[in-house]
Amino acid sequence: MLIRRNRIEPPSSEITPEAEYLNRREFLGMVGSIGAITATGALAEAVIGGGAQPVGAQQADEVTDEEKVTSYNNYYEFGTDKEDPKANSQRFRTRPWTVKIEGMAKKTGDMPLDDLLRPSRVEDRTYRFRCVEAWSAVIPWRGIPLADVIRRAEPLPSARYVEMTTLFDPAQMPGQRSATINWPYTEGLRLDEALHPLAFLATGMYGKTLPNQNGAPLRLVVPWKYGFKNIKAIVKLRFTDRQPTSTWMLAAADEYGFYANVNPTVDHPRWTQARERRLGDILRKPTLLFNGYGQVASLYSGMDLRRNY
Amino acid sequence: MTAAVGTPARTKARGPRIARALKPLAFTLLLAPALWLTYAVITDQLDGDIVKILEIETGTYALRCLALTLLLTPLRQLTGWAWLAMYRRMLGLFVFFYATVHMLVYVGLDLELRFGEIWTSIVKRPYITIGMLSWLILVPLAVTSPTGVARRLGGAQWKRLHQLTYVVAVTATTHYLWAVKKDTFWPLVYFAIFAALLLVRVARSRKAVRAAYRG
Repeated sequence: MLIRRNRIEPPSSEITPEAEYLNRREFLGMVGSIGAITATGALAEAVIGGGAQPVGAQQADEVTDEEKVTSYNNYYEFGTDKEDPKANSQRFRTRPWTVKIEGMAKKTGDMPLDDLLRPSRVEDRTYRFRCVEAWSAVIPWRGIPLADVIRRAEPLPSARYVEMTTLFDPAQMPGQRSATINWPYTEGLRLDEALHPLAFLATGMYGKTLPNQNGAPLRLVVPWKYGFKNIKAIVKLRFTDRQPTSTWMLAAADEYGFYANVNPTVDHPRWTQARERRLGDILRKPTLLFNGYGQVASLYSGMDLRRNY
Repeated sequence: MTAAVGTPARTKARGPRIARALKPLAFTLLLAPALWLTYAVITDQLDGDIVKILEIETGTYALRCLALTLLLTPLRQLTGWAWLAMYRRMLGLFVFFYATVHMLVYVGLDLELRFGEIWTSIVKRPYITIGMLSWLILVPLAVTSPTGVARRLGGAQWKRLHQLTYVVAVTATTHYLWAVKKDTFWPLVYFAIFAALLLVRVARSRKAVRAAYRG
């Protein structure tokens, strides 16, 4: 038995009841209409006009204070301390922004961000977020399914992975002036992971445009994986048949693997992953396999999750 | 100018008097970070992973106090301000204080007193092993700090024992280095500081040995 089913794992049907969810949407809609002034017109309209969408969070999960989520960030491009990204990213330019689609796909080329987003309907999704450092949060994201973008690029049958790259611009990103990790930051997903309905590209959170320190203008959100997989300020998607080597694999392969699925039974060499601490809490709570998103388990059937950490 | 030439006796006496008078202030300043952290936790002002922030802050203050402690003697020898010695014990005890809080936060809040996990982390995780070792070395140093105990131990013995401070400087900084991910800047800064202080110390004692032989 390679994938152990966790008894406390919520069934995939366990989503926020619609009524409660609609309340939240009303609230978000309100916030959204304020945000609409800053967001592009197309985004805001889609948000306000949208219907109910599945929300991945458990009922017991309380949305984390926005202040905490925007003040405590791992984003080495803006500095290695948790408060650095907020302090050093405020003048980061997120427009104009171009995403390069490359490699084994039919529709390659440079895409202005707005063109990349426009065909999709913007959704609000509240996800648990679990950092590899054993802290966690519950974050209401706004964005589009990653699968939309992938499908529109029409990957070739030979493509098996998608590699993603963060902007490299030391003039704007002071952290990139020293060689703490390999720049530009690189991450990747297996194509079937990237096509999973949970995989998300965020352009906003808490009903507003994404703050720079949280990865504006475009970041990945794969809630069943550790936070470092959720690459920020994406400028490139490259389709390939070889497993990409991520920045953290290069930095410390024994600590950070390609899959990086949240798994309470596989410890990090320096700490246990069995429990996590929500930002703002003092006591820990148990960590769930795949961060509680059991619906992704079939992606890994037959795989040794201990070896493929 | 005239004071320096004219009244050597008075300047000699003034230093220690001021130093003694300022001791409560120094004590308050050294305790202030701990008070601030307590206040920040109670009023929920630490944005982020509270326990992690407490660990980083208390550990860093322990290292800062340690650097100050080790800086004191060379500084005294350089400047001739004998009164600096008055602060040595207080600083040393603050190292122990912050190191103890640091260790207790890890064991009590981070590992939530799960004894199996405490044991596993000491045995399995080198940065914890060396961190615990550092704290253990500090214990006899703190215990032998009261004047009475120090006197009973004897000057030479006490001195030899307290040279362990340099061992702690190395083990504690190694603990820091191994605990961080990739941001090794500050651990290396502390290594540089301690290496420099140790070099000064070694150079001086060599000179003293040579002088003794000549004499």
